[in-house]
Amino acid sequence: MADFNVSSRIDGDVNLIDVKGYLDAHTAPDLENEFNKLIERKRFKVVVNFSELNYISSAGLGVFMAYVETMREQSGDIKFSNLKDDVYSIFDLLGFPVLYEFYKEEKEAIQKFR
Amino acid sequence: MLNILKNELTLESSTDHLSEVRNFVEVNGIKVGLNKQTIAHISLAVDEACTNIIKHAYSNDLTKKIKIKIKTSENKFTVIITDSGKHFDPNKVPEPNIEKIQKMKKGGGLGMFLMKKLMDEVHYNPKANGNELILIKNYN
Repeated sequence: MADFNVSSRIDGDVNLIDVKGYLDAHTAPDLENEFNKLIERKRFKVVVNFSELNYISSAGLGVFMAYVETMREQSGDIKFSNLKDDVYSIFDLLGFPVLYEFYKEEKEAIQKFR
Repeated sequence: MLNILKNELTLESSTDHLSEVRNFVEVNGIKVGLNKQTIAHISLAVDEACTNIIKHAYSNDLTKKIKIKIKTSENKFTVIITDSGKHFDPNKVPEPNIEKIQKMKKGGGLGMFLMKKLMDEVHYNPKANGNELILIKNYN
């Protein structure tokens, strides 16, 4: 079993998602559930904090791709912060930095929504 | 159930076992002295290959088996992955257009592309009863 945990925090109108551990095809549905909950509550401004994420496969990357358009259509976005170098290199390999905003610190990402 | 030999792993076709797959690659990578990043890249490539087998070749049929064998030589780390599912040639998967996939609100199609980016060679051999995928990473 892969060790993965996802949880949410709120900072005003911005939702912070903390992902921890290993995000693969087995654990990606947990992250999908988190996004579905946000959409149900009509909360479209999202910052994903990766500070405790050790691993991501394409199944995890696919979750962001599947939801980002919905968020952007509602004047929101999915922004990324605090990525470890290893994890960032996978996003980079697939060209994500052209299509998503990445920040060193969560605060900077939140500020971009204000 | 898992059956781990020194350099061979047989597992049931379930995403539940992906972490064991990655551990198996890691243990063998450490054994031949690969660096952390190379091990991480091979583990991810093998994860992607197995995920594809589980979802596409086996259509999530948990009763099926995947066999992974690792061979190492002086400068090559070779992973041979076999299954008995539907024929699936990763080399025929087109390069994904992320922007287009996003607009369609979909998330798939990246695994094979990533696998080919992470490894030096990817060979596909269709078998009478399934598929054989050979992933090779060169190292010094």
